[in-house]
Amino acid sequence: MGDAIAEKAKAEAKPRKRRRLKVAHPERCIGCLGCMFACSRIHTGQASLQDSAIKVVTQGGIEGDFRVVVCRGCENPPCVRACAAGALERKPDGSVVFHKDLCKACGKCEEACLVGAISLGKEGKPIKCMHCGACVDFCPHGVLQLEEVPA
Amino acid sequence: MLRKVLYIDLTKRESWVEERQGLFDQWMGGTGVGIKLLSEECPTGADPLSPEAPIILSIGPLNGVFPVATKAVATFKSPLTGELGESYAGGRLHLAMRFAGHEAIVIRGKAELPSYISINDAEVKIKDATSIWGIEAQTTGMILREREPGVGRRSIIRIGPAGEAQVRYAGVVVDTYRHFGRLGLGATFGSKNLKALVISGTETAEIPDARRYREVYNRLYSTAVQTDVMEKYHDIGTSVNISVLNWLKGLPTKNFQLSSFIDAEKISGEMFADNYLFRRLSCAGCPIGCVHIAALKSAFSPHHEFEVRKVSYDYEPIYSLGSNLGVNTAEGVLRLIDVCERMGLDVMSAGVVLSWATEAYERDLITPQETLGLPLQWNNVDGYIKALENIVKAPNEFYAALAKGVDYASARFGGQEFAMALGGNEVSGYHTGPASIVGQLVGVRHSHLDNAGYSIDQKAAKKQLDPEKMVDEIIKEDNSRGVFNSLVGCLFARGVYTEENIIDALGAVGITKTKEDLQTLGESIFEEKYKFKTREGFDLSRARVPRRLFETVSTLGKVTPETVEEMLRLYRKKRGWS
Repeated sequence: MGDAIAEKAKAEAKPRKRRRLKVAHPERCIGCLGCMFACSRIHTGQASLQDSAIKVVTQGGIEGDFRVVVCRGCENPPCVRACAAGALERKPDGSVVFHKDLCKACGKCEEACLVGAISLGKEGKPIKCMHCGACVDFCPHGVLQLEEVPA
Repeated sequence: MLRKVLYIDLTKRESWVEERQGLFDQWMGGTGVGIKLLSEECPTGADPLSPEAPIILSIGPLNGVFPVATKAVATFKSPLTGELGESYAGGRLHLAMRFAGHEAIVIRGKAELPSYISINDAEVKIKDATSIWGIEAQTTGMILREREPGVGRRSIIRIGPAGEAQVRYAGVVVDTYRHFGRLGLGATFGSKNLKALVISGTETAEIPDARRYREVYNRLYSTAVQTDVMEKYHDIGTSVNISVLNWLKGLPTKNFQLSSFIDAEKISGEMFADNYLFRRLSCAGCPIGCVHIAALKSAFSPHHEFEVRKVSYDYEPIYSLGSNLGVNTAEGVLRLIDVCERMGLDVMSAGVVLSWATEAYERDLITPQETLGLPLQWNNVDGYIKALENIVKAPNEFYAALAKGVDYASARFGGQEFAMALGGNEVSGYHTGPASIVGQLVGVRHSHLDNAGYSIDQKAAKKQLDPEKMVDEIIKEDNSRGVFNSLVGCLFARGVYTEENIIDALGAVGITKTKEDLQTLGESIFEEKYKFKTREGFDLSRARVPRRLFETVSTLGKVTPETVEEMLRLYRKKRGWS
């Protein structure tokens, strides 16, 4: 018991941090889409581009540059503010949690994200990045990184 | 996974879907399903450029699901050889077909006016393309990109002016930089008034066992990225072979008059990588990124004004438009590749046709009257560019003959002994020895990739292989590649997909196969293809081997006609053919 309290105190004493996905080197992307497949494979168990929270967008086909779109983990997330149903909740550590059962599939969160990091799945509900870093391991060129930021 | 075929009839302007579970169960997908559908659809003896000759596009059960299974296959009746047409392309087509929910697409008939096909999930439309007819392949892609949905997950395949003009070796450009290059699919598109096909979708490939899927995926992925099975494709790319084959005396030079090029260093993979390479790309689903893109920067005025062309290169185009034409600058090679890209020509056939023409010109078999005053000479890049444009425009009988391939042109103008085609298809860039010759001769599509004879020769250079062992290897590759091409994997990744890995990957998507099943499938696919070839007039016993291949020293020394004959005899015997 005493140990648990000590642990807790120690955790509170340490500055709180959260993990956030970062597009560190977008210009190194080769367009393999491995990150998108990793996202859907690891979170849904299926092969899908549509169900991926991360997106590699072409601009002018593969002749142009790739744009890698990920959730920025905003300090003041517009998606949360846009959600009247309270389905998107910002936790004290800064992460945003999606409560699927509360979601009314209104699509306002998608509109609110200027970056375009939210897309809607088949039911019209958002596919939200959890900053788990699953995609990082499947990027052959280190385009993606998981960074620690203050909560 | 529901396994079905999408049928599109351009004449009737109709499309429909048929569930064909049995077809996929028996023939897997990709090339297996492709040859079966071609045999069903194509009437015996049909003119390859008539509405009766169909186009089949197909993928296999692993495409869009597992890494490095990144190809789609086109099956058709070749306008170049008049028999089996089969060509593979990377890029994003396999992925777009998977997520649009179409594992196989059959295109029948002929559109009344220039048209393109737009597929968005289940929706199929045949749209007007009259305003883009005549436009180069690259620009066609740019225009359709603006008009069609599916950014980032679609595929745009299109022809250039060569396909429209039905040059017998016109290709189809896939997503820029990739191609259905060989055997003239572009001409087939042209004959159907079909300028392009755009496809995208939003479906999910449902996997029955997610845990197993992740586990097998991880294993295949780490084999591809962490081991050396794909090493060659990481760095310099396939063009590393220019130096290797030059050293091995296997690099065809000046129409195979030589097997090493004095200026090989100037067009080597290292030269391209160090001075022109600016970017590497990958096909969707492949972490390797072997697509090498060069920036060709040239000044168009003395006032520091430049045009920059982005040109993809590989070993084969550097052989066919470089050493084999005596072209000794990387710029020259890139300019020639670029013209082929814009026109939509197969670079290999185009280069071999030009190398024959150059030698024929040198030997006075053709005169300036035929070439319209153009001096076709080794290393004359400007002349070659003009000649390529003339092949598409066909201003006279000579260029019209060149547009029909080297077999046709040499039958008309002479010089068959140095008309470098096997089985009617212009040869690839390997003068490595007898296995390369026999391999391309017996291969189902007369390509070096049917059975990699060039690789068997190189193995033989290290340790003695007698003709019988070589033939055994050819047969083994013929069959196993039939299976791999049904999946449809990238042949560069064949080392990743061992038999065990194929069985595990199929298992994860709910398809149970044993080693024996796969072997039987490989044999059946080969037999089915030969049935079609024979039906359409291919006769191995009458196949022509250009004498030049016996005159020029190869990696394994001079190849004798007797060795080739002996290997063909063994091949027939082992195949059970009389």
